[in-house]
Amino acid sequence: MAIRVSLNSIDKSFGVVHALKDVSIKIGDGEVIGLIGENGAGKSTLLKIISGSITADSGDFSVNNKKTSFNSISDATKSGISMVYQEQSLLPNISVAENIFLGIEGDAVKFGTFSPRRIRANAIKYLDQVSIKVNVKAVTEVYPFNTRQMIEIAKALAIAEYSGKPPILLLDEPTSILSKNEVDNLFSVIRKIKEHTSVVFVSHRLEEVLSISDRIYVMRDGEVVAEVDPRTASIDELFQLMVGRELSQSYFQEEMTSKPIDQILLELKNLSGPGFKDINLDLKHGEIVSILGLQDSGRENLGRVIFGAIDRSSGKIVIDGKVLNSKNTYQSVSRGIGYVPSERKTDGIILAMNVGDNLSISHPRNVTKYGFLSIDRIARLFSEWAVKLNLKAPSYTTAIKSLSGGNQQKIVLAKWLMDSKLKLLILDTPTRGLDVGAKTEIYRILRELANKGIGIILLADSLEEGIFMGHRVLTMKDGRITGEFASAPGSRPQRETILNGMV
Amino acid sequence: MQKPVREKIRGLSYTGIPIPALISFAIIVIFTAIQTEQFLSIENMLSIADQAAVALVVVCGLTFVILMGSIDLSIQGVIAASAMSVSLLVSNDRTKFDVGTGGAFIVGILVGAIIGLIAGISVTLIRIPSFIVTIATWNFGLGFGYILFGSASQPGIQDEKFLNLSIDTYLGLSKVVWIAIGVLIITFLIQRYTVFGRYAYVIGGSEEVAILSGVNVKKYRTIAFVFSGATSGLAGTLLVSKMGIGAVDSGEGLLFFAISSVVIGGTLLNGGRGGILHSIVGVLIMTTIYISMILLDVNSFFQKIVQGTVVLVVVLVAAWKERKPLRTVI
Repeated sequence: MAIRVSLNSIDKSFGVVHALKDVSIKIGDGEVIGLIGENGAGKSTLLKIISGSITADSGDFSVNNKKTSFNSISDATKSGISMVYQEQSLLPNISVAENIFLGIEGDAVKFGTFSPRRIRANAIKYLDQVSIKVNVKAVTEVYPFNTRQMIEIAKALAIAEYSGKPPILLLDEPTSILSKNEVDNLFSVIRKIKEHTSVVFVSHRLEEVLSISDRIYVMRDGEVVAEVDPRTASIDELFQLMVGRELSQSYFQEEMTSKPIDQILLELKNLSGPGFKDINLDLKHGEIVSILGLQDSGRENLGRVIFGAIDRSSGKIVIDGKVLNSKNTYQSVSRGIGYVPSERKTDGIILAMNVGDNLSISHPRNVTKYGFLSIDRIARLFSEWAVKLNLKAPSYTTAIKSLSGGNQQKIVLAKWLMDSKLKLLILDTPTRGLDVGAKTEIYRILRELANKGIGIILLADSLEEGIFMGHRVLTMKDGRITGEFASAPGSRPQRETILNGMV
Repeated sequence: MQKPVREKIRGLSYTGIPIPALISFAIIVIFTAIQTEQFLSIENMLSIADQAAVALVVVCGLTFVILMGSIDLSIQGVIAASAMSVSLLVSNDRTKFDVGTGGAFIVGILVGAIIGLIAGISVTLIRIPSFIVTIATWNFGLGFGYILFGSASQPGIQDEKFLNLSIDTYLGLSKVVWIAIGVLIITFLIQRYTVFGRYAYVIGGSEEVAILSGVNVKKYRTIAFVFSGATSGLAGTLLVSKMGIGAVDSGEGLLFFAISSVVIGGTLLNGGRGGILHSIVGVLIMTTIYISMILLDVNSFFQKIVQGTVVLVVVLVAAWKERKPLRTVI
């Protein structure tokens, strides 16, 4: 097998952070390479070097048997390397065909004029490769996420092939928000394009990496710690290599589980809203209820309606015996409700602001003195929560975008936890995209909150998370609750039973 | 079964059919037609076309600027500069110049394009927000107009051929209207079949994606400002022909009129959606409102209040769906 890309002893530092240490990997022709590691292990840095968006400090880098040093993304695409980003790069407002060929229109543009017909014909060629049928004339936003993901891959193929060389695709966590069927579909496409394409596949889901890869590199703390043959490796083995410790019972902090207080905190009576209908639910003080459901199960909107971010259409919300008639989030917050949204970067934090601003945004009175902002109080608040939540951030003036996802999420949590009147916390997939270590810490915080008597509604990111975190597990499907299961350490509901309620 | 149809409709509205704006337009037309018989008369239709012509020319360029997520507030300044330049360079009663009718158009468009170029360069190279830049070029244009105008009385145009553009009719429409129609067709072709036109949507959709895809954003954004300046310059030229004199304030009120039209048509101020067809419908809505108020004998003091209210209501209705993400809290 011919080697397409080879990196030898690559080193890269950002300031004091040694992101890559002596990394060597090879990508062969038509090979699917699995790349795993916790967040911060160096996967993204490695991909960025291969895709040309940053350059290595030292080491050898050759592509197609030629020593190279990419200075830009377009240098990489000229060698056939193309990256599929986690955050999709497709524009919602232009047609599918235009998206695929954006910047590489080729024969569809002559003397500044544009031939819609030709670009459509070209687009269909690439969409066939990823086995989807879409109207290439339609605006991209009419298609659901999974279809757009395929379009994105078609686009990456087009960009790579534009170089005239066989494509090398870098897929950065392409499956993180796909359902099981969609993942299967993606895999069959990868197996199909493998004939003439090399693929680097990055994922947090180890079983997926095992099933699709020809070879797996495991990274930890900026180093490649192992090269694994997926035919002989197991998930446990990969996990241990990745985190350097065993997956123990302590992952979900089960030993911290406490009993809910026998007093109702939240009652939902026949609550209906966009995408869900007639929801009845009692939540006790100190109880964690996890709700599991697929993308259009309605659970996301249920969480938002309780928080007052979306209007309900009918039904009642009662908190501590008093009806909550909130039509906006402001009233809900004043009644002690907090909400952690699933889209951390757009809804959870304000990326352009610093840690202190983000921390104090929901409860500004905690940082004011006589109605004026007090820098002193912000600083004190920051140090207080930095200790409580084991926050890794240098100062309250640090830009929040420079923090890792886990630390950003802790700030989102802290902005609710600082409310002394907090009674109910609604969390929409709070651990999505976080590494194992950060997840465990979030679980610990949730357990502590429950122990203090705060009620928690957890829209869990995975089956395990829902099953192991909840005192009760609810399943939702098509806007209705389809099942309710008690869950306690030692007597957890079966995965299959839960799945039945979801699909 | 339902989904493909919806996709088709959305695909349709993308390819350039401004459905919500057309519905608003139809409602306004029906409402006025019921109120007054005169409205549906041929003469009234022609006068709407005549009234709309200049604004239609202005929105051709403005639409691209807004599509890219910028704004051009300099319209009235550009019109002042181009109107004064044109009126002093064609045969007139103040100077001895006579560049002829063709020359008048070249002068008007060129003056506008140059002011647009200044704005474009300031926005793309010096990176000043277009909102500020075009307020500056607005005043720059006005000042330039005043310098040319001096303290003497307004220049009267003597070039018969030039004056006749707004008098002579063909198929009932004045030549000014035909020029506007020509510009609209060209603009539509530019939007649909040129790289500049397509990239206006790309840049308005996400400048970052455009840059990462290797699109020369600065170039296309500058072109948009030059084009917008040129169409405003052309509008200034047409206004000189219509008014028979060169006046610094000949474009007064057009800024509100043009931007309202573009927004009512469904082009979002954050860019990426809409287009010239939307803006045409927007201008027709605004003009119809204006004419119907005259027909319905609305007190002239109230006209502006009515206009402002209608703009709010129509934008609310026409852009209800597009603005959904802005209405919901999360």
